[in-house]
Amino acid sequence: MIEVATNTTWGTAIVREMVHQNPMLAMLRLELPGRPRHVPGQHYIVRLTAEDGYTASRSYSIASSPDDELLELAIERLEDGEVSTYLADIAMPGDELEVRGPIGGYFIWDATTPAVCIGGGTGVVPFVSMLRYAREQGQLELLRLAVSARTFADLPYADEVSAVAAVVAITREATAAGTRPTGRLTATDLEPLLTPGATYFVCGSAIFAEAATQLLLGLGVGPAEIKVERFGPSG
Amino acid sequence: MVGPTRGFLGRHRSEPDGRLPPGQYDVGSGWPVLTAEATPRLVPERWTMTLDGLVAKPTTWTWAEMHALPQSRYEGDIHCVTTWSKLATSFTGVSLDVLLDLAQPLATATHVLATSTTGYTTNVPLEDLQYGKAWVAWEHEDKPLTPEHGGPVRLLVPALYFWKSAKWVTRLTFLDHDQLGFWEQNGYHSHGDPWKEERYSGD
Repeated sequence: MIEVATNTTWGTAIVREMVHQNPMLAMLRLELPGRPRHVPGQHYIVRLTAEDGYTASRSYSIASSPDDELLELAIERLEDGEVSTYLADIAMPGDELEVRGPIGGYFIWDATTPAVCIGGGTGVVPFVSMLRYAREQGQLELLRLAVSARTFADLPYADEVSAVAAVVAITREATAAGTRPTGRLTATDLEPLLTPGATYFVCGSAIFAEAATQLLLGLGVGPAEIKVERFGPSG
Repeated sequence: MVGPTRGFLGRHRSEPDGRLPPGQYDVGSGWPVLTAEATPRLVPERWTMTLDGLVAKPTTWTWAEMHALPQSRYEGDIHCVTTWSKLATSFTGVSLDVLLDLAQPLATATHVLATSTTGYTTNVPLEDLQYGKAWVAWEHEDKPLTPEHGGPVRLLVPALYFWKSAKWVTRLTFLDHDQLGFWEQNGYHSHGDPWKEERYSGD
């Protein structure tokens, strides 16, 4: 069993750093004194309050290692997003944000057992926390990663992820000669990643997660070995 | 509680009928999918529904037997703990009241643990399943429930956050105590009333 802390008390975080990888993806680095140690894969909730008391809250995956002194959340800026547009466009260093977490006791990995992680778009983010922690622990060989994004620029943490990812699937732009051809993840991509005794983590949009889990099931991975985190609107 | 967030205005508030519970937003015609597991492909002919535990008559229904029971419809709203609500939607199936009449929970039964074919579990107080508050549903807006939304059949408890409406439900076990289910063991609230914002344990 993984020792996992879940904290649902609201606290006040201070924005210390903001990095925009691209206009649709902001990394928010927060100082949250005394925060509980998270396990890679967990998330935080950010709550915004308007002058009239109206609130809106959303969940964001943690990208940082538990040993990072700051807490890093990656924010996908959704065009009609009420919270994500605020965080991506308006929040700035020095701002205070109400947050609670870490939350989630299921989609977690502590770098002690083999993990195969398959992420689409911002579904890559929890795996960034996992790979950073695994790297610090000297356990990168336990982690196998396949990621997918429309373009390389869209891939969250593209350089960091592609340095360790076994498979980087780019679906909407031509890829360089000698690299994987353009296209969605296939069974052929995933088959070499299969590892006895591994937990399979799938994270991405509902459509991506469904496709990835069906590929795994088709390769003979048991449903009980697959953990899925789906997000984003779907029909 | 800190004060207002600098520069946050929020979406235009349009809820004159007070229909949205606190902290929820109207997702419109969409219906997000949130499941922690691979979507199972269930063959209706092999699915069964069982009521057991503290009941006078433990009972199992097949797909055909379930469909032979009197059907009813829920028209109203559903609320997900991840803050979306889907308003004015509908589901068709059989009211839990019909199943309870047949299985007859004992007077000592206070809670129910629902189990899905995937092994997913969720706990619900018996009183939230009685008197027109819960269904075993197989149609959404007059179409068969799709697999990613729990098809062919799911529990429907619309008065609670939607993780309580177990997808691919196959068993309701009646207990004399509250036994936490999957999300509830993972930090979510044991009850999950959206109007009280019972999202996480301790709320």
